[in-house]
Amino acid sequence: MASSTRVTFPNKLLPYLLLAPQLAITIIFFYWPASQAIQQSVLREDPFGLATQFVGLGNFKRVLNDPNYLNSLQVTVVFSVATALIAMALALLLAVMADKVVRGKGIYRTLLIWPYAVAPAIAGMLWLFLFNPSMGTLAYLIRSTGYNWDPLLDSGQAMVLVVAAAAWKQISYNFLFFVAGLQSIPKSLIEAAAIDGAGENKRFWTIIFPLLAPTTFFLLVVNTVYAFFDTFGIIHAVTGGGPGKATETLVYKVYNDGFVNLILGDSAAQSVILMVIVIALTAIQFRYVERKVHYG
Amino acid sequence: MQIDSRKISLALGFILASSTSSFAVTEVSWWHAMSGANNEVVNTLAKEFNESQSEYKVTPVFKGTYPETLNAGIAAFRAKQAPDIIQVFDAGTGVMMGAEGAIKPVADILSMGDSKFDKSLYLPGIVAYYSKPDGTMLSFPYNSSSPILYYNKDIFKKAGLDENNPPKTWPEVWEAAKKIKTSGAANCGYTSTWLTWIHTENFAAWNNVSFGSNENGIAGTDVELKINAPIFVKHFQELADLAKDGTFRYGGRTSEAKQLFTSGECGIFTESSGGLGDVVKSGINYGTGQLPYEPEAQGAPQNTTPGGASLWVFAGKSDEQYKGVAAFFAFLSKTEIQARLHQVSGYLPVTLAAYEETKKSGFYDKNPAREIPIKQMMGKAPTENSKGVRLVNLPQVRDIENEEFENMLAGKQTAQQALDNAVERGNAAIKQAIGQ
Repeated sequence: MASSTRVTFPNKLLPYLLLAPQLAITIIFFYWPASQAIQQSVLREDPFGLATQFVGLGNFKRVLNDPNYLNSLQVTVVFSVATALIAMALALLLAVMADKVVRGKGIYRTLLIWPYAVAPAIAGMLWLFLFNPSMGTLAYLIRSTGYNWDPLLDSGQAMVLVVAAAAWKQISYNFLFFVAGLQSIPKSLIEAAAIDGAGENKRFWTIIFPLLAPTTFFLLVVNTVYAFFDTFGIIHAVTGGGPGKATETLVYKVYNDGFVNLILGDSAAQSVILMVIVIALTAIQFRYVERKVHYG
Repeated sequence: MQIDSRKISLALGFILASSTSSFAVTEVSWWHAMSGANNEVVNTLAKEFNESQSEYKVTPVFKGTYPETLNAGIAAFRAKQAPDIIQVFDAGTGVMMGAEGAIKPVADILSMGDSKFDKSLYLPGIVAYYSKPDGTMLSFPYNSSSPILYYNKDIFKKAGLDENNPPKTWPEVWEAAKKIKTSGAANCGYTSTWLTWIHTENFAAWNNVSFGSNENGIAGTDVELKINAPIFVKHFQELADLAKDGTFRYGGRTSEAKQLFTSGECGIFTESSGGLGDVVKSGINYGTGQLPYEPEAQGAPQNTTPGGASLWVFAGKSDEQYKGVAAFFAFLSKTEIQARLHQVSGYLPVTLAAYEETKKSGFYDKNPAREIPIKQMMGKAPTENSKGVRLVNLPQVRDIENEEFENMLAGKQTAQQALDNAVERGNAAIKQAIGQ
């Protein structure tokens, strides 16, 4: 982002050689599977691949006309917005608080960063063990107060549970970046405002929050991508997309149609649509939104 | 760590096998989904077989849950790396049968072995489920089970119910469940695992009503579901009504509800006979009974259908390997092995001889619960409604049913709406799967 002087290599081959490992990884782990997905998305095939038939855009047509697909699009939007908002708001609150701690700053920070090291599937299992109405410890406590806690049937509660689990796991990551962002804000600015008589709230909303905008913007992108794509393990472990289809996100539906229902063509068509969504989101973010962000 | 060490031993086995090729040991790989105690049974069987002869070596590999194992097998087949033997659960039977070029019928393999294959030695109900309409046996029934009723004797006593007389019909279950709830003997009267397998597939067979056309898919892949018939609607509406005040509690789509019974939360429970081990382990004072039936249904109780899993053999292997598979299946069919498997694990015996042997030994006098599923399955000759359910996409249809049931139990729709939706969506999914 900062202006950089162009580096020139005397050797014509060297730059390509240096790029080769990264290019190889991109080709093997992105272009190859992506091209396979595109190929599969225009085919209709039995699970074993014994009979293959070219169907053009038939799979896309069916997917886009499927009310369940629109439902999972809606679920994804609700889930992603809720997860990103909660994870970022709580992380910002914690970061501002931790920034004020005088003694034991390191310990607070370390403890707050811990959950990030937990794998999504394991995070899901943790929340499941706490809140599953059949065996969860906390679920038992909630039920004994007389509240009918039953995320196995209540779709609202199920959504709350997966959002909480997904946000909890992402708070640490956001926290880390907000702490770094806070540290880069010059103390003199805040002190000057304080001398001018701005209260704590005013200082936060008029100085700290705007100056954190680049961090917030970056985290918004990362959190959206996280909620879209990296929460499969949590949803798989906690709700399995249920009850009904209440927590079936787009990614979960790709898995479910492809690997449980064995409809590979539809599943591949959905991945291609997801790929298009991601490309579009990224383009929009870097074309329009980033320009408006104040980079200090 | 376990998987790692298994991989290592597999690798070592491979190195050993290739370096000692002069002995010409034929490797037979077996992918399975058995975890915990059942995994040990698998490993013991393979070990015993390997020690019993020197020509073949069976290598069992754990591949995760039932659906994961099936998916791994399919992916491996597509990559031309398929194992020799794969364990596939009941709902996957139609998937495998739909892939004729990918599998080799077990009947063909068994006749390649040294011993002659005689189908009449095996339990007819189970063999029929794993056979083509023309009678060719396609897979080897490894672990078969059937749903039965479990009840908590202590809760029955507290509720003033007869602890030696479990409810026999669904109305009796509802009565007992209400009594348990209202008397405060337990928070919940009744729960069940697998609503799909127990309350639709087996409910249909046990009450001798149709689950779907074409003999529930046994006679042909083109199936129209019939689970919105009045008898199903009535049954599910009763369940939904009981769910309102918590007399019936839903535990999840597969066997999660077991927790609700073993923790003493619910007094009555329907679950696979294969779930007995966990019930015993929990230490509760339990009793067992037949799967309840609908007294209004004519001829009920009829017979239940086999659940569990069977072993399939992939096509395109060498004759040597098929001979090894045949030898292994012959070993599994031995009376002493089958009798032991049945008595230790709670699966049904696969051969009639093993059943007779267990009966003679007095095992059922001491453990009457173990004979219930066999009697349920063998009590009557199956009708066109009770040979089993076979759809090319049964796992998907079960998911559709589960989604509709969940919305019904949450009070968002009636049983009629839920079952109508399940039939409509299920039929559309079947049509798509068979390519129409």
